[in-house]
Amino acid sequence: MTVQEIFETMDYGPAPESAAAAQEWLERSGRAFGHFIGGQMTAHAGGLDSRNPADGSHLASLSQADAAAIDAAVAAARKAQADWAADGARRGRVLYAMARLVQKHARLLAVLETLENGKPIRESRDIDIPLVARHFYYHAGLARLMEDEMPAQRPHGVCGQIIPWNFPLLMLAWKVAPALAAGNTVVLKPAEDTSLTALFMAEICTQAGVPPGVVNIVTGDGRVGEMIVAHEGIDKIAFTGSTEVGRRIREATAGTGKALTLELGGKSPYIVFDDADLDSAVEGLVDAIWFNQGQVCCAGSRLLVQEGVAERFHDKLRRRMDGLRLGDPLDKCIDVGAMVDPAQLERVSRMVSEGLEADPGAEVHRTGAALPDGGCFYPPTLITGLHPASPLMQDEIFGPVLVGTTFRTPAEAVALANNSRYGLAATVWSENLNLALDVAPKLAAGVVWINATNLFDAAAPFGGLRESGFGREGGPEGLAAYTRPRAEATELSRLRPVEAPAKGAAPSDGLLDRTAKNLVGGKQARPDSGYSTPVWSPDGRLLGHVGQGNAKDIRNAVEAAGTAGAWSRSTGHGRAQILYYLAENLAAREAEFATRLRDLGQVDADGAAAEVAASVDRLFTAAAWADKFDGRAAGVPLRGMALALREPVGVIGALCADEAPLLGFVTVLGAILATGSRAVLIPSEAAPLAAMDLMQVIETSDVPAGVVNIIAGRHEDLAAPLAGHMDVQAVWSFSSSDLSEGIERASAADLKRTWVNHGRGLDWHAPAGGLKPFLEQATEVKTVWVPYGE
Amino acid sequence: MTRPVTDPTEAAALRSESHQLPQLHEPRNPGMALDTDWVARVQANTSAIERRAATLPGRRSLKKAHQAAWLLRAITLIDLTTLSGDDTEGRVRRLCAKARQPVRPDLLEALGMGPITTGAVCVYHEMVPTAVRALEGTDIPVAAVSTGFPAGLSPFRLRLEEIRESVAAGASEIDIVISRRHVLTGDWAALYDEMRQFRDACGEAHVKAILATGELGSLRNVARASLVCMMAGADFIKTSTGKESVNATLPVSLTMIRAIRDYQDATGVKVGYKPAGGISKAKDALTYLALMKDELGDRWLQPDLFRFGASSLLGDIERQLEHHVTGRYSALHRHPAG
Repeated sequence: MTVQEIFETMDYGPAPESAAAAQEWLERSGRAFGHFIGGQMTAHAGGLDSRNPADGSHLASLSQADAAAIDAAVAAARKAQADWAADGARRGRVLYAMARLVQKHARLLAVLETLENGKPIRESRDIDIPLVARHFYYHAGLARLMEDEMPAQRPHGVCGQIIPWNFPLLMLAWKVAPALAAGNTVVLKPAEDTSLTALFMAEICTQAGVPPGVVNIVTGDGRVGEMIVAHEGIDKIAFTGSTEVGRRIREATAGTGKALTLELGGKSPYIVFDDADLDSAVEGLVDAIWFNQGQVCCAGSRLLVQEGVAERFHDKLRRRMDGLRLGDPLDKCIDVGAMVDPAQLERVSRMVSEGLEADPGAEVHRTGAALPDGGCFYPPTLITGLHPASPLMQDEIFGPVLVGTTFRTPAEAVALANNSRYGLAATVWSENLNLALDVAPKLAAGVVWINATNLFDAAAPFGGLRESGFGREGGPEGLAAYTRPRAEATELSRLRPVEAPAKGAAPSDGLLDRTAKNLVGGKQARPDSGYSTPVWSPDGRLLGHVGQGNAKDIRNAVEAAGTAGAWSRSTGHGRAQILYYLAENLAAREAEFATRLRDLGQVDADGAAAEVAASVDRLFTAAAWADKFDGRAAGVPLRGMALALREPVGVIGALCADEAPLLGFVTVLGAILATGSRAVLIPSEAAPLAAMDLMQVIETSDVPAGVVNIIAGRHEDLAAPLAGHMDVQAVWSFSSSDLSEGIERASAADLKRTWVNHGRGLDWHAPAGGLKPFLEQATEVKTVWVPYGE
Repeated sequence: MTRPVTDPTEAAALRSESHQLPQLHEPRNPGMALDTDWVARVQANTSAIERRAATLPGRRSLKKAHQAAWLLRAITLIDLTTLSGDDTEGRVRRLCAKARQPVRPDLLEALGMGPITTGAVCVYHEMVPTAVRALEGTDIPVAAVSTGFPAGLSPFRLRLEEIRESVAAGASEIDIVISRRHVLTGDWAALYDEMRQFRDACGEAHVKAILATGELGSLRNVARASLVCMMAGADFIKTSTGKESVNATLPVSLTMIRAIRDYQDATGVKVGYKPAGGISKAKDALTYLALMKDELGDRWLQPDLFRFGASSLLGDIERQLEHHVTGRYSALHRHPAG
C-alpha cells in the first residue's frame, strides 16, 4: 500500500517484532536440546518437537526424558541441596543475579516465549518477562531474610516442579524462585509444548552462578511428569496445570509424605454491579478473558452482570470485541494471538459447539475481526443468556470464550459466583466501596480483584480454593510452602485403648451411669449405630462408654458445622472471649480432668496434671491469637492495596492425637475456633473420655451450636467418610492409626486440604512454632486487590 | 488481516482524487434537555482508566509507510495554534503560511502525497481578521479562543459578545471555556445554561467546549462535564486551554471519548474531540489516533470530528517524516518555521 492509500484508509499495518536474535540462539544451539542436569546440558536424545503455533513452523527438537535422566537429575539435586541451603545471603545474591540476567535478556526471552507459545509479543514483553524478573528480585530478598524471619523452618530438600504451557517462563519463575530462596534444589519439567525459555534459563542459571545441581530441567510429556511425581528421591511436588492432572497427582502422592501444592483450573466469576464504570469493566474483560487467548487459569471467564445494566454492558462489550485485532503473535499491533497448539484449538471448538447444542437459548457473539489464515486461531467469543446449569457455565473452557448470565442483587451475585467447583479468582466491579468490600470476603476465591483484573505480583499470594488447588505462590505465604518445620517429628506407634480386664470388671465406683453421646449441632446426640464401647482403666475399672460413631454421625456433624457459618463471620475479639471462657471453665475443673487422664492410663499423675495445665494454657494462647492472626497488606507496585487476608478454611474434620488425649484435642480445637473455622473432631481413639468430658465445658462456654462437633469412634472407620465428604474443606489427622494415605487419596475427589502425620507424632507440649502451624492450616490466604485513586 | 471499518460511502469519499481530505460534515449536535439523572449515573474509575491508558502505547504500533501516512493524517488534524500575549499580525501570518504548507513539498513528493494543510489555525480574537485574510483561498478554518479565555471569568455578557465579535470577524470555529466552578460545585444546570448560550451566540460557527480538565479535580467530573456540554449542544469537547498545569492526558482523553460514545449511543449524534496542550511528539499523536480509531472508529480520524490543539507537534512530525524518507534522523532547522 502506498502512503497515500494508507493516509485515506487509516488501516493498521504490520508491525513485526524481529525474531532474529531468538532464531540465532536456536541456530547456535543446533535446534537440538538435551536436559539440564547437574549444571550441564545432556546430549540431545530427541522424541519431542517444538513448534510455532502461529504458523506451524519447526523451532527445535527436544528430548523426552527417560527414567535414567530423572534419576540423574534427582541425584544431582540431592547432592547440591545441603550446601545450597547453608547460606541464605549467598542464595539471595544468586537470585538477584538471575533477576538481572532476565532483564538483560528480556527481549530475547519475550520473543522466544511468543514464538513457542503464540501469545502476543506485547504480553510476553510487557507482562510476562517483567513479572519474571520481579519474582526473582522479590525472592532474592526473601532468601536473604529467611533465616531471621523463619528460624523454625527449613527447606523440604528436593522439589519436583511441573509447569504448564500458558505462561512458560512466568510459571518457572513462580516455582523456581521460592524453592531456591528457601534452600531447596529443583527438578523442573516445563510443558512439552513450551520448553524453550526454560532451556534458555538453564544458560542464565549458569551465568548467574547457580551451583550445579541446584536447578535441573528435564523436558518431555506427561510421562516425565509422572516419573517426577513418583520418584522417591523427591520431597515436594509443586504443580500448576489442569484439575484433572492435579487430582491424579494427589492420588499418586497419597501417603508418600511428599509435600504438595497444586495450582489448578478455574471458572472465575467476573461480577459487574450496576454502579460500575461500565467502560472500564469492559476493558477489564479484555484483560480477563482475551489475555493470552483466555488460556489463563484465573481468567475471568464467567460474566455476571446486574440485570439493569446487562443489555448496555453487553452492547459495549460486543463493540469492544469487534475492535480486537487477531494476528501474528510477533506483531506489536495485535491483541489476540494464537492458541498454543492444534489440540487446544480443537478442544475449545468442540466444547463450545457441544455447549451450544445443550443450550439452544444462548446468544453468541464472535468478534467481527478477521481471523488470520492458518495457525491456531480462535475468535474471541461471548455467550450470554446462559444459566448456572449450562455446561458452559460450569466447565473450564481455557480459551477466549466468555460465558455469562445476569443477577438481581448482591446476594444473588455471590451465590452465582460461588456456584462452582472451582475457587481460584474473582473480579468485582462497583464504584461503591461498601458493596465491593462486602462482597469480596464472601467470594470463594483465593484472589479477588476489585475494579481491576489479572493483577499479579511476587509480593501478593496467589492460589485457589476448592478444586482450584491448594497452597499459595508469592509473598512469605508462598515461601512457606517450600519449607517444613525444623523440629523432627518422632515415629508414632499405634496406641490402643486399654483392653477389657480378663477377669471381669473391678467394682464400679457407685456413681450414676452416664450415657455415651456425641456432640452434634450443639446437642448431645446418641450415636447412630446404637453401639457403645466400654472404656477401661488399666486397673480394670469401667470408666464409662463412648459411642461407636459411623458415617451417618459424620454426615450429621458436617451438616451441623455447615449451618454454623455465622461463626466464620464473627469477630476475632468475640471468638477470643469464648476461648478465654473455655480456658476458664477447663481450669475450674483441672483436678477432675487430671484424674480422668490418669485413669485412662496413657500418663501418670504428674503427666496428667501437666497435660491439663498445658491444655488450659493452649486455650488461653488460642484466645490470644484469635484477634491477631490477621494477614497483611502486601507491598505491591501499584497505587492501591493488596490485602493478604487470613480467612477461615470452613469445616475442618480432625482425627485427634491418641498420645495426648486432652492436649492434642484442645490444640486442634483452639486453633480452629481462634481462626473462625468450624470443627468436626474425632477424639483420641485410645483414650476418648477426656475429650468427651470436654463437651460439658464446651456447652457451658457459649460456643455457638454447630461450631464444635465431636464424634467418638474408631479412627479407621471415621477417616474415610470425613475425607470423602464434599462439604468438608480440610481433614487433619494426628491419629496413631495409619490413615494418612487413605485420607490423602480420598481427598483427591474434591481436592480438599489435608494435613496428616504420616505416622509421625508431634511433641504436643511444645508443638513446633507453637500454635502457628495450626493457625496457618486452619486458614486460607485470600488476596484482595484494591486499586484506588480519584 | 484487518476488517475494513469504514462504511462504503465514506470509503468512496475518501478515495477521491484529492489528497486533501474531503470535507465531511455531520449534522451539528442539536443538544438535548439536561438529563441530570444521566449525569449523576456517570462513573469514571480513575485507576482502571489509568491502567488502560498506560497500556495503550504498547498495544498499537505503526511502522514504515503506515507510520508516515498516519503522521500525515495527524497534520491534517492539527489546530495550529498561537495563543501568546506577544502575538502580532506578522507572527500570525507566518503561522498561517505554515498551516497552508505544513510539510516541505519535496518530502510530500517523496512520500507520493499531494498538498495537505493543517486542520485549522487557532488564535485570539484580535488576530482573527489577520488569520482569515492569510488563509483566503484555502478551506482552512480559523478558530478563535473566546469567552474570556483562559479563565473564563470576565462578565458573562462580555463573554457572549466576544463570541459574536469573533464570528463577525470571520472565525468559523469558537473555542469557549466553561466556568470550572459550575463543575466543582456540581451546578450542572448552570453549566448547561452557560454552554447553551455560548452555542447560541456562535450561530453557524462550530463551538468547541474547553473543559480545562486539569482544574476539574477528578475524572468523574471530567466525564460529567463532557456530558453536560454535549447535552447543551457542543460540537466538540476539548480538554484544555494549554494554560493549566496539567493539559491533555491519555486518561482524560479516554474519559472524554467514552462520554462521546455514550452520547452518540443515546442520541445518534457524533461530537468531536480535541485534546490540547502537551501533545508535542509524533509518537504521542499516533497513540491518540489509535485511541480514537479503537474507541470511536475511523470516522473520528477526520478533521470535522477530531483535532489536535498543538503548536510544537508539527515540528516533530516533520522530522519523523524526513527520517522516513531519508533514513536519517532529522533536525528542526531543516523544516520551515511556522
